[in-house]
Amino acid sequence: MIDHHLVVLPVVLPLLGAPLVLLVRHRVAAYALALTETGAVAALAVRALIRTSREGPLSYLLGGWAVPWGIEYRVDTLGALVAVLVSSIATVVLVFAPRSLARDVPRERHYLFLAIYLLCLSGLMGIVVTGDLFNLFVFLEIASLSSYVMVSLGPNRRALTAAFRYLVLGTVGATFYVIGVGLLYQVTGTLNMADMARLLPTVSAFRTVLVAFGFITAGLGLKAAMFPLHAWLPDAYTYAPSAVSAFLAGTTTKVAIYVLARLVFGVFGPGLALDRLPLGEILLVLGTLGFVIASAVAIFQSDVKRLLAYSSVGHVGYMVLGLSLNSVTGLTGGLVHLVNHGLTKAGMFLAVGCMAFQVGSTKLEDLRGVGRRMPVTTAAWVFGGLGLIGVPATAGFVTKWYLVSAAVEQGAWGLVALVVASSLLAVAYVWRVVEAAYFRAPPDGVDGEIQEAPLGMVLPTWVLIGATLYFGIFASAPAGAARRAAEVLLQVAR
Amino acid sequence: MTRSPVLRVGVKILLPYIMLFALYVQFHGDLGAGGGFQAGVIFAAAMILYSLVFGLEAARRVVPPRVAEVFMALGLLLYGGTGVAGLLAGGNYLDYAVFSPHHPQHGQHWGIFAVELGVGLAVSAVMLSIFFSFAGRRRAE
Repeated sequence: MIDHHLVVLPVVLPLLGAPLVLLVRHRVAAYALALTETGAVAALAVRALIRTSREGPLSYLLGGWAVPWGIEYRVDTLGALVAVLVSSIATVVLVFAPRSLARDVPRERHYLFLAIYLLCLSGLMGIVVTGDLFNLFVFLEIASLSSYVMVSLGPNRRALTAAFRYLVLGTVGATFYVIGVGLLYQVTGTLNMADMARLLPTVSAFRTVLVAFGFITAGLGLKAAMFPLHAWLPDAYTYAPSAVSAFLAGTTTKVAIYVLARLVFGVFGPGLALDRLPLGEILLVLGTLGFVIASAVAIFQSDVKRLLAYSSVGHVGYMVLGLSLNSVTGLTGGLVHLVNHGLTKAGMFLAVGCMAFQVGSTKLEDLRGVGRRMPVTTAAWVFGGLGLIGVPATAGFVTKWYLVSAAVEQGAWGLVALVVASSLLAVAYVWRVVEAAYFRAPPDGVDGEIQEAPLGMVLPTWVLIGATLYFGIFASAPAGAARRAAEVLLQVAR
Repeated sequence: MTRSPVLRVGVKILLPYIMLFALYVQFHGDLGAGGGFQAGVIFAAAMILYSLVFGLEAARRVVPPRVAEVFMALGLLLYGGTGVAGLLAGGNYLDYAVFSPHHPQHGQHWGIFAVELGVGLAVSAVMLSIFFSFAGRRRAE
């Protein structure tokens, strides 16, 4: 029974959980319900991952309507992997959330936050599993609208402007996407992705298809915060509540990159996107500029959350670079970085959330000396930071290894140099926090009061950081799935 | 709030017909123009008209914000729950045909009926909540 509905349940459970939480309203009961739901979604996603790797893609027809007319949910190994990533980060962050929220959000609004959190999870899972272009737009809007609300809940009033900016740019992105889908529908008369992929080669000479392609890539680029379309991201991640920053940083941009890869390669096909159109060159330049410039900008930030936000823009650059290289190794690197960076960045935002919980600030100057007061949390920052840099035995290294190998395959030595140089920039920004935390005297007045964060916050942080270390050493599971997915995506319509 | 007796009496006469029309649009939606969304908007418009003429407080007494919140949730639950009911009855999610194994069309009809009712509830509650929060904001300043 559950196996038959495996693809649809991860979307339906949180979608119905949200109104239930709204009805329950009681803070503890609502939280228990939300945590059960997210945990169940994660379990279902893991089950889907196991089944897809054994049996191939799973398909589900909504309402039992046949394929080109009805909405199909379709999940392959890569989709299941992203689903596992999103739902497990959602679960871990939700375990972390209550204490952190108690400080950031008024108590009587917690149940509203939980409802919105579940809606966002439902939207993200929907984006991942759907095989229908318009249905994807609907879920994109569900996920985005709920993200705007969650960002606006931040403790600082500037969260409101950050959320508004995110709303305006996010809406532009979604509009671009739906314009593109509309144009494609006009030409092909279908919205099903597989059907679209079958029909597109016959009509790909039309300018309408090219315009649609441009709109869709630009729209998804905005959602993914691809440099230079990242203007919404730093403020949104900085002013959102800590738990929200961690959840969004680990999931939303990753899901957008996943959709970009799925549409560019799986629907338009590499023949159109990379051979006939210069998308590869464009993404190569933008991705490289992204990780070089954003990493450099991150060094000069005085707020740790903003530093991490710029680092996120940089890491989206690596994923974009992976998509641009038009080789299985490169695409594997880009896709596996979705998982690696999602875990790393969510873990680091949780570490910063622990610091913010105890210190009451995320300004670098206020975090001086925190390394001695909060050794476990700061150690999480250090190991997460090593992952951002790409030190061997961390998950970040696996990605950089694939990206550098792909660049070497193509003889692009300049690119190799830039990737390595950007790692040095990452050393610089990670080090700034390490230096402040370990080697500076604490600011006057707050000395003895700061202690280690409670176990309920430190443990989730370390679960994520520990996962990045685990996948740094035992990299074959995610990398293998990414590699199979890359092979499938690059073979389409060749 | 207005003291004009013409407006007050006029609105009192109009209100039942607006609400009745909302119900007509709701339940006749599968045969003619209309459906849950339109019905929800019309129903909420009736309440908004009431609050424009009789004041926000009066409207809040009729539909407290908490009630609007509950109806929002119930509407979504009714929609999603209908889908899940199809799932439990042995079909796929949102498959209404299984509600009536011998006459799938009847099943589809009932399913759409319930779903549209959910949409109507949720939409009218959301419309009202949006109106309340904006109107309440202007009063505070």
